[in-house]
Amino acid sequence: MLRYALKRLISLMISLAVASVVIFAVIEVAPGDPASFMLGVNAQEDTLAALRAELGLDGSKLERYFNWVSGMLVGDFGTSYTYRTPVSQMIADRMWVSLPLALYALTLSTLIAFPAGIYAAARRGKPGDLTVMGATQLGIAVPNFWFAMMLVLIFAINLRWFNAGGFAGWDQGLWTGLHSLTLPAIALALPQAAILARVMRSSLLDILGEDFMRTARAKGLSRRQALWRHGVRNALIPVLTIIGLQFSFLLAGSIIIEQVFYLPGLGRLVFQAISARDLIVVESVVMLLVFAVITVNFLVDLAYAAVDPRLRSRT
Amino acid sequence: MTKQRFRSFASALAVGASLFAGEALAKSDITIAMQLEPPHLDPTSAAAQAIDSVVYTNIFEGLTRFMGDGSVVPGLAESWEISEDGTMYTFKLRESVTFHDGSTMDAEDVKFSLDRARAEDSANAQKALFAGIDSVEVVDPLTVKVTLSAPNGNFLFNMAWGDAVIVAPESIDDIKTNPVGTGAYTFGNWVQGDSITVNRNPNYWGDQPSLETATFKFISDPTAAFAAMMAEDVDVFDNFPAPENLPQFEADPRFQVLVGSTEGETILSTNNKKAPFDDIRVRQAMAHAIDRQAIIDGAMFGYGTPIGTHFAPHNPAYVDLTGNSAYDPKKAAQLLADVGYADGFETTLHLPPPSYARRGGEIIAAQLAEVGIKAEIINVEWAQWLESVFKGKDFGLTIVSHTEPMDIGIYARPDYYFQYDSSDFQALMELLNETTDPDERKNLLGDAQRLIATDFVNGYLFQLAKLGVAKAGVQGLWENAPTAAIDLTQISWSE
Repeated sequence: MLRYALKRLISLMISLAVASVVIFAVIEVAPGDPASFMLGVNAQEDTLAALRAELGLDGSKLERYFNWVSGMLVGDFGTSYTYRTPVSQMIADRMWVSLPLALYALTLSTLIAFPAGIYAAARRGKPGDLTVMGATQLGIAVPNFWFAMMLVLIFAINLRWFNAGGFAGWDQGLWTGLHSLTLPAIALALPQAAILARVMRSSLLDILGEDFMRTARAKGLSRRQALWRHGVRNALIPVLTIIGLQFSFLLAGSIIIEQVFYLPGLGRLVFQAISARDLIVVESVVMLLVFAVITVNFLVDLAYAAVDPRLRSRT
Repeated sequence: MTKQRFRSFASALAVGASLFAGEALAKSDITIAMQLEPPHLDPTSAAAQAIDSVVYTNIFEGLTRFMGDGSVVPGLAESWEISEDGTMYTFKLRESVTFHDGSTMDAEDVKFSLDRARAEDSANAQKALFAGIDSVEVVDPLTVKVTLSAPNGNFLFNMAWGDAVIVAPESIDDIKTNPVGTGAYTFGNWVQGDSITVNRNPNYWGDQPSLETATFKFISDPTAAFAAMMAEDVDVFDNFPAPENLPQFEADPRFQVLVGSTEGETILSTNNKKAPFDDIRVRQAMAHAIDRQAIIDGAMFGYGTPIGTHFAPHNPAYVDLTGNSAYDPKKAAQLLADVGYADGFETTLHLPPPSYARRGGEIIAAQLAEVGIKAEIINVEWAQWLESVFKGKDFGLTIVSHTEPMDIGIYARPDYYFQYDSSDFQALMELLNETTDPDERKNLLGDAQRLIATDFVNGYLFQLAKLGVAKAGVQGLWENAPTAAIDLTQISWSE
């Protein structure tokens, strides 16, 4: 087991090293100079040079790469070119919006998808099933930013139950914070719920045909009892895998929703940083997301191996 | 209910009642939305207009300042004397002005600010404003003498820019995140990506403004901007990004729409050194191929004033030269045929992100195609535009709004990106700089406008409009934008 873990750890290190090179190279070749972006069209050449020196942009690319990587190893992500605040601090601040939003959306999508999927599977081919499947088809087809705009139109502009956007901040209290994340979370959750409900349904239908389900019925359980006691539990494995994937998508991929609701999250930070050529912020955020995904995979690998001893010898 | 409990209950009611009474009198806070977030809060080391929108006259003040109508009035300098030859300015500073950290603002701070801006390692985005300063001397704590190397009729105007505000050496190190100025508002809080709050400064030297606190909120998406305004989440939207929605606000009694002018001359910038644009007849042909009104109607939903030269129409020295390049596609085609381009030619049209460029570019490309000029549209981000068009001069045509006030001087710089090199114009600008007599200056400015118009340096399209939306009760907002600013000291709620 230890040998296996060590092997996975080495492969994780290599992945991270390769990722850092790729990220740095790809982002640095984008045309545009952060200093001239900051100083605009009337800036003089000597002013630009002074700012570049101040930002540490005058060194060679190789030098900057090693400064960046060695900084990250000790938790120092550098200083943003435009905001002039530590990048790690900025990421931490934005995480307080993006992480709760992703969790909120995931909770909502699970709460919608589970009952919908189970209901549809239990009524396979009947009108109830067809209605749920039709709704999920729509949920997958319609883009989430359109949902977002409709939600704003109905609940913010007409009914005035919510603000049209913005984030009040957690220091205003848990309820106020959750309230301002509700519409974005719903907009994010609906398409995800549609996917999850379909996965839940098909996974459950597969299980329902298994021998052990027949055995469960044979020993006297009703359809419903068998479904809940043996069916749902076994159908959860593929569903959990999808939930895991959706979480990383929600964390990194809510750029558009954050724009529509003007939330100060990670997605909006990256968006602003790219247009301002605040390269160090872009690089660090992307690197952090890669780190998160690779680490989660590493932990999942370990968990699999712990459960299934056959995997240990396979690699 | 015990006596004790009743008393606390009653006092709670009283507090509630007084809160309501306060509400009914006049609101003392305001939420103002803007599209872009400032990168930091030091107006003296970045070009971002969003910085000035938040801090200009609110947190930081200069020796002189702009008013909403574009006039330049005394700021921290109460008065000044100009020497006979126009090279020496003696500023008398206001008494008992303090910075927000309690330290006194005096002549040393003025010297520090001006010297910092013109220093070798200065990161001032408008360093040229200070180029003519030879020396800054402290005469006494409230008197500063600035000596110029040559007379400069624009000097007081230059000192009113946000890039020339007075800062203190004590607080300069973290000015970017904790700005300490002399203004009527002190910096409160910045939730990055979301909002900045400022609070009224009780120790302000001037009149106390009406608003106690103000929150600047950043909403970049035009659809979100519309929603935020409609849901009344924000009270004011400075420079509303979606002109197509304005009629809806105009029809709604809850809101007012403010249409004014900016300093932004929107031009079809032309690479004067690149063939075939190095031929004045080609540039003239293009000028006649462009229908300005169609662009204003199509791209800006009718908001914008046609211009015929690089000058703001609201400026008293403006000369209307739109007739010089009137829309006449037949003449344009004839001119092109005369220089051997009867079949037209191909070029590129680089378009930065703002809608005036992206939407306007589509229309211009179609208009140019009418006379045979095939302009290939290339959409670019600002960073790319600065790199390839502005710095690299690798372009044929581009559309951009030049938002700096009184910037006709850029035509005297032959290395400027559109590369207009005219010794006549350069001589004219030198003469203008040396002239302080207002009437003479006005004549010279007229000559300058005529020269670039008849040289057809660029395609002159329209003056960018300032489109503000606010709740009906807000008063004192600037209608025009002589500089990027949201002057809180003038804003109040009507009863």
